[in-house]
Amino acid sequence: MVFRRALGKWCYRLDLSFHSVTLDSGKCKGCIHCIKRCPTQAIRVRNGKALILSELCVDCGECIRVCPHHAKKAVYDPLDIIQNYTYKIAMPAPSLYGQINNLDDIDYVLTALKHMGFDHVFEVSRAAELVSEATRLKMQEGTLRYPIISSACPVVERLIRVRFPELCDHVLPLLSPMETAARMARKEAMEETGLPSEEIGIFFISPCPAKVTDIKRPIGCEKSAVDGALAMSEIYPKLISRMNKIDQPEPLACSGLIGVSWAGSGGESAALLDNHYLAADGMENVIKVLEEVEDGKLDDVHFIELNACAGGCVGGVLTVENPYVAKTRIQLLRKYLPVSKNHLHDGLVPQDMFWSEPLEEAPVMRLSEDLTESMRMMTEIDRIHGQLPGLDCGSCGAPTCRALAEDIVRGLANENDCVFRLREQVRALAASLTGLESLSSQRKEEK
Amino acid sequence: MAETIQLHFDVPGDDFTRAGEASGQTKRTLKKIGFSSDTIRRVSIAMYEGEINMVIHAGGGVIDVEIAPDRIEMWLRDKGPGIPDVELAMQEGYSTAPDNVRSLGFGAGMGLPNIKKYTDDMKIDTEIGVGTTVYMAVQNH
Repeated sequence: MVFRRALGKWCYRLDLSFHSVTLDSGKCKGCIHCIKRCPTQAIRVRNGKALILSELCVDCGECIRVCPHHAKKAVYDPLDIIQNYTYKIAMPAPSLYGQINNLDDIDYVLTALKHMGFDHVFEVSRAAELVSEATRLKMQEGTLRYPIISSACPVVERLIRVRFPELCDHVLPLLSPMETAARMARKEAMEETGLPSEEIGIFFISPCPAKVTDIKRPIGCEKSAVDGALAMSEIYPKLISRMNKIDQPEPLACSGLIGVSWAGSGGESAALLDNHYLAADGMENVIKVLEEVEDGKLDDVHFIELNACAGGCVGGVLTVENPYVAKTRIQLLRKYLPVSKNHLHDGLVPQDMFWSEPLEEAPVMRLSEDLTESMRMMTEIDRIHGQLPGLDCGSCGAPTCRALAEDIVRGLANENDCVFRLREQVRALAASLTGLESLSSQRKEEK
Repeated sequence: MAETIQLHFDVPGDDFTRAGEASGQTKRTLKKIGFSSDTIRRVSIAMYEGEINMVIHAGGGVIDVEIAPDRIEMWLRDKGPGIPDVELAMQEGYSTAPDNVRSLGFGAGMGLPNIKKYTDDMKIDTEIGVGTTVYMAVQNH
């Protein structure tokens, strides 16, 4: 057991390119659904199989949604990972409550989690309420750059680093509710049990693969305080069967509607009590909004909440319920809840809620470090692009003709990967062969 | 002299859904090349303002962009009505945009002042009834 844990930590340190979103190459047919859908153009088909370019992938899970062969999958921790720890804490994301029909008391969910083998539960929505309060305080201070962009969605953070690097300093420098919740849970558990930190295991019940990646390879802190990420979809059936057996739930819930509302798009914004906000969800909309921020069109907006999944976290790839149904359930659940149950002490934001490391741009899309070289490459891309058919058919394995032109210039593909160019070449070759043929028969006749 | 990259765009008039395509395309090109964030931001804001102006006031036009490692230059040419008083048009808050345009959130009278603010060089050549050419340049630091 100790060995396994040590091995796990070793692997974690080594694997700087960890992604939850991965390919099951046995199932991949090499079709083009995923390459067309990927918002960062991070997928190519090579040798009949999809290939995810690690440095470009933001773990949004769009390819998982769109793959007809279920060859894209999210990697997460197995449930028995909790056995590696003496004291096990479950941290449900608020989106979990939206998965359950006719839920009027969160205590049923939390009690059922304990019956699954956890010693304690700590709702992420508790920390969400603190993050909301901290955001309000920071906004009143007036030191943040408008528009402030939420840092809660790990896909959005990664998308900004890769595709909108100049917006890094607009991102709210607070850790996500999950990260803050894990720190609070650990501190509370250590005080209560007297156990050392390494014997306490904290497990996030995740609605999406990006949170899994965020735990293995966090942004804003050196190491995540979460020990494992469990898939909501895997927990769900076990949870339901245990919920059905509960007579009297334990009084465990300690968050209000502010925290629980973070499950859906608009929940985080509404908690700011400032109407100058914008909340967008779904990858395409998120990208459009970020482009408008870039163009200076949203300078009068105070806060921008962006969720990569349609509907917000309830739309995550690892959820089981339709996001809009889940959102309605959260809405109904709210009427049983107080406004907020968690508050910052003395109205001060503790230092450990802030990022310890700044969000650094990862301009992996640029062609070269050297401007002159980049410009030479760009001219070459334009030239090659002009010769391609412009159909963006994807048959070459790149999402667009322009992406193929770029791959060619980067030395990753060649012009004959384009089936239309290849056909032209074959035709030309055939024509010259026929030409040779008739020439030689003509000569024979002359003889 | 280092090589430059030229971009050319036709900006259709009265089509707000397409306004921003030229500046968006330019922005993507500059990002790929790897210009600094600040340079890209200044070019996109200035060019977007200019592009919107062409759509609102001049029924579209053409934009030429020349990208060099140290400087990005843009020429926005239209065959619109021309600007009667350039000095007045450069004042913040002055606008001749019609109500239907204002209702879309444009026409706040910040277009030309914003272009001036974000560029290192700006020149307006305008003739009533003939058209306007706005030249703008951003130095890459």
